[in-house]
Amino acid sequence: MESHAPWQVGSKAILSVTGLGDLLGRLWAGGRQVVGPVVRDGAICLGPVRTIADLPKGLTDEHGPGTYRLKPRGDEALFGFTVGQHAFKRSILLPEVALVQLRRKGRDVEVEPATPKTQPLALLGVRACDAAALGIQDKVLCGGPYADSDYEARRADVLVIAVQCTNAASTCFCASMGTGPHLSNGFDLALTELLSPTHRFLVEVGSPAGATLANQLELTPVSEGDLSDAKTAEQAALTQMGRHLETAGLREKLQQNPDDSHWENVANRCLSCANCTMVCPTCFCTTMEDRTDLTGDIATRIRRYDSCFSEAFAYVHGGSVRPTVRARYRQWLTHKLSTWVDQFGSLGCVGCGRCITFCPVGIDITAEAKAVGAPARTG
Amino acid sequence: MVELWTPPPGERAHTMVPRMLRVDRVIRELPDIVTLVLDSAPMGGFRFGPGQFNMLYLFGTGEVPISISGNPVEPGDLVHTIRAVGQVTRPMCQVKRGDMLGVRGPFGTEWPMDDARGKDLLIVAGGLGLAPLRPAIYHALHHRSAYGRVIVLYGTRAPDSILFEDELHTWRGRFDCEVDITVDRAPTDFRGHVGVVPALLDRFSFDPDRTVAMVCGPEIMMRFTARALTKKGLPREAIWLSVERSMKCGMGVCGHCQFGPTFACKDGPVMRYDHIFRLLDIREI
Ligand SMILES: Cc1cc2nc3c(=O)[nH]c(=O)nc-3n(C[C@H](O)[C@H](O)[C@H](O)COP(=O)(O)OP(=O)(O)OC[C@H]3O[C@@H](n4cnc5c(N)ncnc54)[C@H](O)[C@@H]3O)c2cc1C
Ligand code: SF4
Ligand code: SF4
Ligand code: FES
Repeated sequence: MESHAPWQVGSKAILSVTGLGDLLGRLWAGGRQVVGPVVRDGAICLGPVRTIADLPKGLTDEHGPGTYRLKPRGDEALFGFTVGQHAFKRSILLPEVALVQLRRKGRDVEVEPATPKTQPLALLGVRACDAAALGIQDKVLCGGPYADSDYEARRADVLVIAVQCTNAASTCFCASMGTGPHLSNGFDLALTELLSPTHRFLVEVGSPAGATLANQLELTPVSEGDLSDAKTAEQAALTQMGRHLETAGLREKLQQNPDDSHWENVANRCLSCANCTMVCPTCFCTTMEDRTDLTGDIATRIRRYDSCFSEAFAYVHGGSVRPTVRARYRQWLTHKLSTWVDQFGSLGCVGCGRCITFCPVGIDITAEAKAVGAPARTG
Repeated sequence: MVELWTPPPGERAHTMVPRMLRVDRVIRELPDIVTLVLDSAPMGGFRFGPGQFNMLYLFGTGEVPISISGNPVEPGDLVHTIRAVGQVTRPMCQVKRGDMLGVRGPFGTEWPMDDARGKDLLIVAGGLGLAPLRPAIYHALHHRSAYGRVIVLYGTRAPDSILFEDELHTWRGRFDCEVDITVDRAPTDFRGHVGVVPALLDRFSFDPDRTVAMVCGPEIMMRFTARALTKKGLPREAIWLSVERSMKCGMGVCGHCQFGPTFACKDGPVMRYDHIFRLLDIREI
C-alpha cells in the first residue's frame, strides 16, 4: 500500500467504513470539532459527530413542499439522504453571538471586543449545494471593504469533508443553479458512498490539507470498477432531481416586474414566518441587540439572525418600509434570484430546496419565480 | 503631525466594535433636536467626507445611523445633529457633557464635492436633511473659489422649526452664497416664503448645464424635488440624494438597508438620481 502514498491534490482512493471512523477519531484528536449529520427529533440535523455510530445509518429523507420525514432505506448507508433543516452556516455565522462587551464605570465606558472562542472545525457531509453556499457567504461577509470579523475568525480554520450526492430529493434543483449535484472544488476531501459489492467510500483529495489528512489514513488504490460504481451512484442523483428553475433572463425579469399580480398571489399564502430564511444556507441577515446585566453596568452587544420577512426588519422611524407580506416576499425572492447578482456577482440561491420543504404552507421558490412576469395567466 | 484615524482605503476593516468618545458640548437646536459635539482628540481626530454617517451607540440602549453634521476641515470635533424620535434617539438626546457615546464609522458615500468642482452647487434640504448637507456647505464655503454659485434652499415645517437658523442667516449675509427658506405653514404675519421646497426652485434660475444638485430630506420631498429639477432641465446624473433605510451594521454585512440592488449603507447613503429614480417609484422597495 505504501507505494501509493503520498496522496496529492486530485488523488482518488478507497476508504473503508472503519477507515471513516478512523478519520473522525483523528480529526477530534487533532483538536477539531467534527460537525455533521445526526438524527434528532425525527429529523437529520447537524451536530457533533464523534464516531460513525452518530451518523444516520440506513435512513433517508423524503421531501416535498411543506413535508419532510425520515424513512428506513433498508441498507447500511450513512449518507443516504439529502439535506435537513440545518445548514452548515450555523457553525460559522452563529445564530447568536456576542460581539462586544461594554462596562460602565461612573461616566466612563470600557469596551472589550469579544474574542471568538473558536475551535477548528471539520464539516462532514457537505453537499455540493452546501459548499457553494459557504462560498457565497464568504463573498458576502468577507469580500467587501469591511469584513464580519467574527465570521472571518470562525471561517479561518474549517476543513470541508464533502459527500457527493448519490440521491436527490424532489425539492432539489442544484443542477439548474449550476452548483451540483457533483462537487468539483471547494472541499478538502470529498467522499462518494458506495454500497455494493462492499460498503466503502471513494475519496477525492481536494486541497493540501486534505492530502495531509489522506496520508494519515489507510487508503487503498481505486479500481476501474470503483470509478464506474461512483459514476452510476452520482448519476442517480441527477435523475432523481425533482425540480428545475430556468435562470436565463431571471434577474431581469424579477427586477422588471415589481408590480406583477403574482406577488399578491404568494402573499395570500405566505405566513411571513421566516422559516425559509432560517433554513436557507445563503441567507445572512442579522441584527444587533443590547443585553444588560442586572446591575445595568455591563452591556453585551449580540448579533443574531434576522429575516426580511419580519415587519420590523425594514423599520425606519415612522414605520416599516415594507409593511405588506407582498413586499417582503418580493424582497426575499428578488434578492435571492436577481439583485444578489448585482451585489455579489452570483445568484443567492444554490438550489438546495430547503425553503420549499420547510415552508409550512409549501410555497415553492421555483414555481413562484416562474410565475412572476409570466405572460397571460388566468385566475 | 497627528495621525488621523480613517478606515484603510480599499482594505478590509473590522469595525463592529465602537470607540467610546466623550461628549464635549451639547447644543439644543430645537425642542426635539440636539447637536452633540464629541471630542475625537483621543483617537487623533476624525476624518470624514461630507455626507458620511456614523453608527452612534448609547450604552445599554442601542445603536443608530446618524450623519456627521460638522465641519470636515476641523476634524477635532466630531459633530452629529440628532432628532429625538424613538427608543435610542430619545435617550441619546438627553446625554450631558462628559457622558460617553460609542462611534463606528465613518461609513457610506459622500456628496460629490470633487465632481462638482467648477460647477454651481444647488443644495436643497428639507427639515433635518440640512444636517447631512451642512458638511457639504462648509466644504464649499471653505474652498469657495473651487465652485461657481452656492445656492442653499431650505424647507421646514414652520418658522419655529428652522434648523441652524443663525448659520443660515450668516450664510445668507455672505455676498457669495444665496440662501432661501420656505416653511410649510406659518402664521399670517410671517414674512418669508410659505410652500413646499420644490416650489422654491421656481424662484431661482440656474444653468442646467453647470449645476450639481445635492438633495436631502424626507423621501417624498427628495422625490418631488428631483422630479422638479429634471423638469427644469437638470440631467439626472447631476442630481444626488441621500437615502434612508434601516441600518444595523453600516458596513454591508447585516442586510437591513437593502434598496433594490443596492445597499444603502455602502452604495449610499448618497446616490446619483439616474441610478435610483426607477427604484424610488416602486412602492415598498
Ligand atoms: C444614513 C442615515 C443617516 C441618518 N442621519 C440622521 C441624522 O443626522 N440625525 C437624525 O436624527 N437621524 C438620522 N437618521 C435617522 C436615524 O437613524 C433614526 O431616526 C433612528 O435610527 C431612530 O432610532 P430610534 O431607536 O430612536 O427610533 P425608533 O423609531 O424607536 O426605532 C428605530 C429602530 O429601532 C427598531 N425598532 C423600533 N421600533 C420597533 C418595532 N416596533 N419593532 C421592531 N423594531 C423596532 C428598529 O430596528 C429601528 O431600526 C439617519 C438615518 C440614516 C439611515
Ligand atoms: S433560496 Fe431555498 S433553495 Fe435556494 S439556497 Fe435558499 S433554501 Fe436553498
Ligand atoms: S415563504 Fe413559507 S417559509 Fe417563507 S416566510 Fe412565507 S410561509 Fe414562511
Ligand atoms: S446597514 Fe447592514 S448591510 Fe447596510
